[in-house]
Amino acid sequence: MDRKAFFQRMKTATTGTGFVDEGAVGLLDGAGKKSLSRRTNTGTKAYTGTFGKDELMHLLRRTLFGVKLSDYNLYKGKTLEQVVDALLNVSSTLPNPPLNNYGNLVNDPNVPYGSTWVNAASDPAVEPYRMGSVKSWFWGQMLKQAPDIQAKMVLFWHNHFALQFLEIPDARACYVYTKVLYTHALGNFKDLTRAVTIDPAMLFYLNGRLNTKRAPDENYARELQELFTLGKGPNSKYSEDDVKAMAKVLTGWSINPLTNPFSTAFVSVNHDSTDKQFSAFYGNTVIKGQTGINAGNTELDDLLTMIFKVDEVALFICRKLYEYFVYYDIDDSVETNVIVPLAKVFRDSGYSTKAVLKTLLMSEHFFDSWNRACVIKDPLSQQVGFCREMELKFPNATDYFLLYQMYNMGLSFGQLTQLNLGDPPNVAGWPAWYQKPLFHRSWINSDTLPKRSQFTDYLLLIGHKVGTYTLLVDPWVFVKQLSNPGKADDLIAECVSHLLPMSINATQTASLKEVLLPGGIPDYNWSDEYRAATDPSDPNNATALSTATAKLRYLLKSIMNLSEYQLS
Amino acid sequence: MKRRSFFKASAAAGTVLPLTLNGMGVKTFEDSPLLRSLGRRSADGKVLVIINLSGGNDGLNTLIPIDQYSNLSKARNDILIPQDKVLPFWDKPAAGLHPKLSGLRDLYNGGMLSAIQAVGYPNPNYSHFRSTDIWMSGSDSSDSWTTGWMGRYLDGQYTGYPKGYPTATMPDPLAIQIGQLVSLTFMGPEVNMGMAITDPTTFYNLANGTTDPTPSTPAGNELAFLRLMAQQTNQYATVIKNAAAKGTNKSNKYPTGGRQPLSNQLKIVAKLISGGLKTPVYMVSIGGFDTHSEQVDSTDHTLGSHGSLMQQLGDAIAAFQDDIKLLGLEDRVVGMTFSEFGRRVMSNASNGTDHGAAAPMFVFGKAVQNGVIGANPTIPSTVTVNDNLPMQYDFRQVYASVLTDWFELPAADVKTAMGGKDFNTLPIFKANKASIEDYVDLVSRISLNNIYPNPAVQNAQISYFTESGHVKLSVFDATGQLVSVLKDEWHGHGTYVADFNVVGLRKGNYYIQLSQGEKRITEVLLVQ
Repeated sequence: MDRKAFFQRMKTATTGTGFVDEGAVGLLDGAGKKSLSRRTNTGTKAYTGTFGKDELMHLLRRTLFGVKLSDYNLYKGKTLEQVVDALLNVSSTLPNPPLNNYGNLVNDPNVPYGSTWVNAASDPAVEPYRMGSVKSWFWGQMLKQAPDIQAKMVLFWHNHFALQFLEIPDARACYVYTKVLYTHALGNFKDLTRAVTIDPAMLFYLNGRLNTKRAPDENYARELQELFTLGKGPNSKYSEDDVKAMAKVLTGWSINPLTNPFSTAFVSVNHDSTDKQFSAFYGNTVIKGQTGINAGNTELDDLLTMIFKVDEVALFICRKLYEYFVYYDIDDSVETNVIVPLAKVFRDSGYSTKAVLKTLLMSEHFFDSWNRACVIKDPLSQQVGFCREMELKFPNATDYFLLYQMYNMGLSFGQLTQLNLGDPPNVAGWPAWYQKPLFHRSWINSDTLPKRSQFTDYLLLIGHKVGTYTLLVDPWVFVKQLSNPGKADDLIAECVSHLLPMSINATQTASLKEVLLPGGIPDYNWSDEYRAATDPSDPNNATALSTATAKLRYLLKSIMNLSEYQLS
Repeated sequence: MKRRSFFKASAAAGTVLPLTLNGMGVKTFEDSPLLRSLGRRSADGKVLVIINLSGGNDGLNTLIPIDQYSNLSKARNDILIPQDKVLPFWDKPAAGLHPKLSGLRDLYNGGMLSAIQAVGYPNPNYSHFRSTDIWMSGSDSSDSWTTGWMGRYLDGQYTGYPKGYPTATMPDPLAIQIGQLVSLTFMGPEVNMGMAITDPTTFYNLANGTTDPTPSTPAGNELAFLRLMAQQTNQYATVIKNAAAKGTNKSNKYPTGGRQPLSNQLKIVAKLISGGLKTPVYMVSIGGFDTHSEQVDSTDHTLGSHGSLMQQLGDAIAAFQDDIKLLGLEDRVVGMTFSEFGRRVMSNASNGTDHGAAAPMFVFGKAVQNGVIGANPTIPSTVTVNDNLPMQYDFRQVYASVLTDWFELPAADVKTAMGGKDFNTLPIFKANKASIEDYVDLVSRISLNNIYPNPAVQNAQISYFTESGHVKLSVFDATGQLVSVLKDEWHGHGTYVADFNVVGLRKGNYYIQLSQGEKRITEVLLVQ
């Protein structure tokens, strides 16, 4: 039996066994998905329908880590184009660098407590602390994101041009790598590829530093094509010889460990100055061998020119952007109506990330009801998102130790749920963003799903305590921004519509109401309690505040324990 | 009666062996011929532990062809293990193990290790990710499958999963992966059959959600998936917690000190099996095998990153097997290692090796035929940077052997699990009909058995034997000119017959040459 027939048979064999309840969920295909009778044919044409609350929230949920009520208020009333332009118009100022947060644990002879170490001499004794510092800091930058798309794109590129901090022996180089991502997050993809190729941390991570004419090392040349530009799709037909020729082009790039921070260097005597012949996939291009100090730059430019002439580059990146921002299922219709036109925009703009995102985020396809609420949140979107939604109050910026401890708590929960920021599992990035057929579903399993709920429960009910500081949600910060929290039905409806991407049914709503009004007691009880809790002159203020606060914590917890909360 | 119906029937009759191994039972179980034979008839309760060596393990520094040292030293002198440090097999001194694999050497001495040489697949892919997918799905190099080989096996055994599960006869997860991720290996046609756990003693109770219908949209699909995961987690958390509480570890050989990720994972597996879980498959993994640089310490090649991994691997497996023995589970548990590829024959300039092709696999446990399957790879005298070890065995032969000889799956079901393809089994398990003695010559064997008729007028039949590998069968005339290439392809272990039509050839002597690697055998054929 051939393979096709075999799988056909398997499918037939499973017909009728269904899954959970036929009527409820229907039949699943090979990817564990229900075969959907309808699919969408919308494309990249600009969306002209209603741009109301649902649409704005959909756009913000996909482009920010969690939506604060103030984020929503900032953009409310603007046109779609105004909002998208604002989201894409990110600051060119780099975030402030990571600091010495470890001065109370170990003495850094070169850096005082509270100052940055990124340009200071390195010291083996403090290196592990600096690594902790840069990783916590990175998480903190996600938390401190401006209300624009930058942080989300930095994570996208971190996943795309993946490297592992813990494999890099110098925390300064890890910081420099993040600067590259921030600098080019919304810039030109070709420029970003060039910058990453000769980034010191990447030269270390993929052995570029060891790639010399006497001993070419193919590691980077392979990943540059397979993971960074062309992908491994059926139309990405570079050859093994192309990998070898590309390695030769890149010979001589190295790192200088003696500078502060350590830096890129080109060692011309290690450069292979012969001509490099590429296959028909690259139009039989010959990259002319160069000599001298500029040989590396010239040949790298020629190499990128050659690679970026291949149509597959734009298609590959657009598919990844689509999987990140829209949904992981790219069927024929999406390929034809979305990916191909997007790739053309990308190429025509000279690989402008901003241009391609603007087209995608303003498209009728993006706003198609078919594509809403179907992304399973990555751990950062769930955890940083939660902290932002709840406007969790972190320690002051000058409490360096404490503040980084709290960032580290977030980082650690990310690690427990598969997203260890700074340390993807390997150079391919996180499986949820490439592994067929599960994609986003890889985030969720019996180990990680409970930990996701544990995170929100922990910060809503118990709090993370370091010394005398407890990082704990004050539910009133969120609730008081709602329009009518004193009325139980309105409070629940507003919480749900802001925190969940889809509506819930009457049973679920009733169980949430049960939190506020146990045993089905009349609604006015909550209104009275709320009034007393928020009026300091009320004789029952103290008691009411205590019980109402507890109820609000449980209400928020119950909402975040719903499966719907894992969706965006 | 089908195997599964046998179990159902025996379960109803109360004859299925209880898995409660606490206190009593274990010794009796081993000593009673009746029980033992019952145990042998039943695949129920049998466990496979898959050990994933992630990154591409350097097979040539793992299972070392000692008879190839002069050429090995030309190809990879800067990473070569000193010959006097290799741990040779006591009965086969032409091959040996990395000096840090004393744990595996001890298993070999104890009769519990099957080493399979040069396992790979045709048209090797050098990408970690593609090759990992190929190994986990069991597809051809040119195919991209979305189900895993174990997922398909489990789907055949537990039809309809997850609907209706857990059941009275299968109350436990179908597969457990220690870690945060479940791999493609366990992906079934509908859902992933694997459950990920990092700590079996602590589970967080998830809120029991609604089971109301979800809309027929992508969002509805994802929501249904999330709810299913929540429901399964709650259902299986209890049985795992109970098994962890009831189970125990008895070996004191588990290494302590330093990071011991593999040992710690295997310890959990032993505990869960001893605690009575009926889960038939576990997967554990250890990374770091992508040794492009600093694979060895330049002053002592037995040290360095690969040496440390070998130590962890050997020690962890030895401790696990010891534990399994002390827990009385030897008859029920086997383990198997795999890595997405081996590494290049020639070392690179960074004290490391780049992505390669075939590499050895190990299967261990009381059920295996102890020995080395296949010949030592032949290392050419001049090696270039592109040279890879040719495969001798397809990895799916190993999988098919596990399914056939360990899980006792009928041939038709093995074929289904292997995606509709037939793969010859290897004598890895004692249950295999073939004897390992036929496979244990470390020096590659080829022979030209017969040419008939000879002299030939029309058609000559050439019968030849070969070990697994790439075989070439060529015909030369008396002046040494190549006349014909009759075979130039990969062969499995066995005897073959090739036809050679001599009509139209000038009369006289012809030379029939059979070659594999550097080995050649020539016989004369007279054409009349």
